Amino acid sequence: MPRRCLFICLVLVVLASLVACCSAEEGEPGVSGVAIQNVGSDTIVNLALAWAEAYQGKYPEVRIAVTGGGSGTGIAGLINGTVDIANASRQMKPEEIEKAQANGITPVEHVIASDAIAIVVHPSNPVDRLTLQQLSDIFSGRITNWSEVGGEDRPIVLLSRESNSGTHVYFLEEVVRLGDKENKTLFSPETLLMPSSEGISAEVRQNPNAIGYDGLGYVTPDQKTIAVAASPDDPYVQPSIDTVNEGTYPISRDLYMYTAGEPEGAIAEYLAWIRSPEGQVIVGELGFVPLGSGGE
Amino acid sequence: MKEVPKRPRVQTALVEYLIERLIRVTGVLVILFLALIFLFLVREGSATFIEVPVGDMIRTRWYPNEEYFGLLPLVLGSLIITLGSAVLSVPLGLLTAVFIAEVAPRWMREILKPFIEVLAGIPSVVLGFLGMLVVSPLIREWLGAPTGLTALAGSVMLGYMALPTIISVAEDALDAVPKSYRDAALALGATRWQTIWRVTVPAARSGILTAMMLGVGRAIGETMAVMMVTGNAARMPLTLGSFLMPVRTMTATIAAEMGEVAQGSTHYHVLFAVGLVLFLVTFAINLIAAWAIFRQGKRYGRLLS
Repeated sequence: MPRRCLFICLVLVVLASLVACCSAEEGEPGVSGVAIQNVGSDTIVNLALAWAEAYQGKYPEVRIAVTGGGSGTGIAGLINGTVDIANASRQMKPEEIEKAQANGITPVEHVIASDAIAIVVHPSNPVDRLTLQQLSDIFSGRITNWSEVGGEDRPIVLLSRESNSGTHVYFLEEVVRLGDKENKTLFSPETLLMPSSEGISAEVRQNPNAIGYDGLGYVTPDQKTIAVAASPDDPYVQPSIDTVNEGTYPISRDLYMYTAGEPEGAIAEYLAWIRSPEGQVIVGELGFVPLGSGGE
Repeated sequence: MKEVPKRPRVQTALVEYLIERLIRVTGVLVILFLALIFLFLVREGSATFIEVPVGDMIRTRWYPNEEYFGLLPLVLGSLIITLGSAVLSVPLGLLTAVFIAEVAPRWMREILKPFIEVLAGIPSVVLGFLGMLVVSPLIREWLGAPTGLTALAGSVMLGYMALPTIISVAEDALDAVPKSYRDAALALGATRWQTIWRVTVPAARSGILTAMMLGVGRAIGETMAVMMVTGNAARMPLTLGSFLMPVRTMTATIAAEMGEVAQGSTHYHVLFAVGLVLFLVTFAINLIAAWAIFRQGKRYGRLLS
């Protein structure tokens, strides 16, 4: 919760400075200030804020306003032309690209980091390992009791992010559907859709029946992560920066930023800095996986 | 020592005329705004009925990412929570109103009334927090529900929110009953309880019905607290046990999904259609209430005159 508060404060500060900068710009056109609107994935929002803060410390003339809301929100903004950089924890869907092109915008994709999706349960839950198939059965509602996967006789309560979250879409495609494009399995209708990552961790912390998923950067020590195996013959692996780098943890993905057309000027410099070693150090500090650190 | 100049008669008439017009215009504006809101919803939502067959909309699966646009779980979700909150808040609210208006000594009334009005001022997000962190764990531990984020938690929070409205409005209605009614009942030998139950409450019935409708109206349109405590799972709440299961309401769906949709997409239109349904349901409730009040008013008017 303090992190979320900090985030809100930061957004306010950034917005305030943005307003100040804009009015200054109107007053004296000589003093140039560049404002970048950076909106999207809640998974990336803390990372994007840390980047924006560090970058503005170095280049005070650039103002970066970071807002969350979900990958879909950022991409919708990019399509409508209100956002300079859209953060997304999934790739753009073909129909979204079509819509952008209909608006005269060609979205360009930039991979900026990697992330592992951790499966989290209450610390008292005796289950500590699951296969992808078991996870798929659990989240599609075929397995409804913990005793079926070696736990206590308790009902399973499924927690998911809202459907506008990139994490939700990624989890549906790679875990519930096991990466099979033809597979039309859906989340069980009993799945609780939480409006935020905080909602998921709050429920996992206090409910021994709950199972949820979230980006590795959001897992707090009072939640228990599950070791996951791609198939029953494979080793069960705990999510961590090392296991993602080695490519052994099966549920990991790239994180993206999208720009309208090839980036120019301040936006291009900012993206280049993000992908530089200096920007990537921050990635590691926040629990995400830096680019080019192996595993590819 | 200045004398207030007398206004010429023509000027008074002009002022009267202007004020009368102004009042009339504001009255008409309210209706105009309502009509415009309705038109806006219809304009944005009507494309739904071309893009999505009505048969698909009365299905039981809501998953707009994959073009499942079944509205039934959302409509029933809103209704079950409203029903639950009404069951909790109406009796409690009425009894409190009766207590404050008829039973409580004066000093207690002076304390209770402002406190209840303060209750109405608590922001719904704060109540949502309370529900998420206090009420829902209690529901899970005491009632054995798999999770505390349930329709019951939503009903409790909404019932709590509706209480101040119900109490204040009902109390005003009871207060407006002429003292002569009570005196007459007591003079005829009725006990205090008989007076309250047979005379005062029936005489204030139309005001009490308004109180209930305002309370229920607040419940069905409430969004934030509901989104935080009901779990938002789009399942069909068909049995009584559904109170101990999560539900997804129309309001929470619009709030959670509106930010994501691209303008002009099917999903966008469907969300407006959901808004339209919500509007119509609220409108129907108000209409029924107005009709009930009208009917009651006529009947009691005869009875009491």
